[in-house]
Amino acid sequence: MSTKHTIAAEKFLQNSEKVTRHDQTFWSVRVKRDAQSQELPEWEELREAASQIKKHTITHLAEYLEKFEKNATKNGAIVHWAKDADEYNEIVMDILHKHQVKKVVKSKSMLTEECHLNDHLIKHGIDVVETDLGERILQMMHLAPSHIVMPAIHITREQVGRCFEDYKISPEVGNYDPTYLTRCARYHLRDNFMTADCGMTGGNFGIAETGDIVVCTNEGNADMSTSIPKLHIVSMGLEKLIPDYKAMGVFHRLLARCGTGQSTTVYTSHFRGPRPGGEMHIILVDNGRSKILGNEEHWQTLKCMRCGACMNTCPVYRRTGGYSYTYFIPGPIGINLGMLKDPDENYHNLPACSLCCSCDNVCPAKVDLSSQIYRWRQGLDGMGHADPMKKFMSKGMQVLFESPGLYTTALKFAPIANHLPKFITEIKLNGWAQGREMPVFAKQSFHELWKKGKVKA
Amino acid sequence: MGFYTKKNMKIGLFIPCYVDALYPQVGVATYKLLKSLGLDVDYPEKQTCCGQPMGNAGFQNMADELVENYDKLFKDFDYVVAPSASCAAYVKLFHPNIVNHECKAAQKTMDVVEFLHDVLQIKSLPSKFPHKVSIHNSCHGVRELHLSSPSELNIPRFSKIKDLLQLVEGITILEPERVDECCGFGGMFSIEEPAVSVRMGTDKLNRHLATGAEYITGPDSSCLMHMQAIAKHQNYPIQFIHVVEILAAGL
Repeated sequence: MSTKHTIAAEKFLQNSEKVTRHDQTFWSVRVKRDAQSQELPEWEELREAASQIKKHTITHLAEYLEKFEKNATKNGAIVHWAKDADEYNEIVMDILHKHQVKKVVKSKSMLTEECHLNDHLIKHGIDVVETDLGERILQMMHLAPSHIVMPAIHITREQVGRCFEDYKISPEVGNYDPTYLTRCARYHLRDNFMTADCGMTGGNFGIAETGDIVVCTNEGNADMSTSIPKLHIVSMGLEKLIPDYKAMGVFHRLLARCGTGQSTTVYTSHFRGPRPGGEMHIILVDNGRSKILGNEEHWQTLKCMRCGACMNTCPVYRRTGGYSYTYFIPGPIGINLGMLKDPDENYHNLPACSLCCSCDNVCPAKVDLSSQIYRWRQGLDGMGHADPMKKFMSKGMQVLFESPGLYTTALKFAPIANHLPKFITEIKLNGWAQGREMPVFAKQSFHELWKKGKVKA
Repeated sequence: MGFYTKKNMKIGLFIPCYVDALYPQVGVATYKLLKSLGLDVDYPEKQTCCGQPMGNAGFQNMADELVENYDKLFKDFDYVVAPSASCAAYVKLFHPNIVNHECKAAQKTMDVVEFLHDVLQIKSLPSKFPHKVSIHNSCHGVRELHLSSPSELNIPRFSKIKDLLQLVEGITILEPERVDECCGFGGMFSIEEPAVSVRMGTDKLNRHLATGAEYITGPDSSCLMHMQAIAKHQNYPIQFIHVVEILAAGL
């Protein structure tokens, strides 16, 4: 009874101190989020508003997309449409070729991860430099993000220091002081900003009414990436659209509070059109999103604004780490998005949920995360991915519980199990026995007590 | 509606399968308590399980007969009361989707804490329990039945469990840090992801222990069972007791 997640989780859990650190780090973000939410009396109304606005926008998506394209074009941006990852990567390459770009500086974008853009660019000889500090560290270490908002939080400062030494950007060998290391990164990144030919950003929001792209960062790296190179390419999933500035007010109040427990990100930049003498390209990417829109049971994933709050509260994510999941987005939203992307590869993550439902309550857009996980599980048998042991056990329970006669007989004999020797109950097959004692059956069940008239007022 | 207008109500007692087999004393305490409050309580003998174990494992289609059987057994009662928040929540929220029709019994099903607090609105109890207890706010009790205010939401704080326990003489009520974090049971989750499940349970236990409580109490014997299994394995000095056993103490 194991999947890729359960195996990876077991391995991660062997290092108890690391688990404690991971758990406490993300729990502290959850605590900060709670404190922020408590400061706004209208918090729950905001969440409801966000949920309704997202629902409205994605159910009128064609209308808003056209409006956005019209307004962005009016502002002087060039809008492209990409149906999938391949088309998206080609569009980016075409733009870069046309401008003879050799080096790209990038601010954080999960969409480019989704489409494997970096690999594509590097294959075509483009120098790609991530400029979000966490992303840059991971890029140097050839690692993937383990969280969508705090991608390198699992890396220690010692590891960062040694990596910087390897890349010759930390001259003081053995100095792992965070302030010092930050300064090293700053010098290193500044050099790259100065010499890049193109800046790429994601987009947290696209505002249909004005054609604005809104990018939220804490490091100002999106602004640096777009301030020096004349060429700016924005990559954005279709679902990032919102109708207008009024809606933006709702989302701006929620995003950082939920994601990092800040009242706002340090930088909230609105990009409206190219800089003088430059070009701004906006690539709107579908890559499966319009298919999700037609999925009655899972369309709500499109309301997600990628704040990461569901990961921070998830007791399983906090204790198993981002790399235990097979999809590049971990945690509750990642379990669902992974299933939508490729169920044969990502059904492995479905056990990673105790159905505690905490994610549903922290989600700023009220995505029904745990209910969706429950529903995916119901479909596993049909996909041919049901665990045979689980199916066998469920079938056994069905037979037992459908027949009250059999059930009461079983109750009568159950206490015998109390006397089974440990070598039988602790066989490897019994997942329960790993770290837990077997529960003890009562000598007489409630059924039996009732029948014998022993249940009395 | 106050309590005295409710005396003629017919109550169906639902004792979920694992309570039946492992914790019959919880069923007995529920029966005694409801009878002591003057209610007409009956226990339909053909009841077995609500179907949640199969549902959470991904086989809710194997539970459809159980759902129909549950409805048949309990539909004529005024209320169905169960000493298990998670099972009551499953009946209430999931049964109608499994069989795709109205479930009369499901609409009338309540966890015993909910029933005592919201329907009977009891204001006093004869029970005594001179001990320190740490409340285990179980996930489905909190987030599906709203027995207490979920820590994630910005709503006025309440706890129906605390309200009831406060009626017991001599009791000291405590709550752990991370007041409603999951204990890691989750039904099939506990055997499919044993490593993380045990870790969650151990973390939860340690937070309960840190309160200095002698007992961990809650509305779900399943969570208590999980933590008890770990506590026993590690020889932790703590006892477990269902909320209703405390409320019925001394009857």
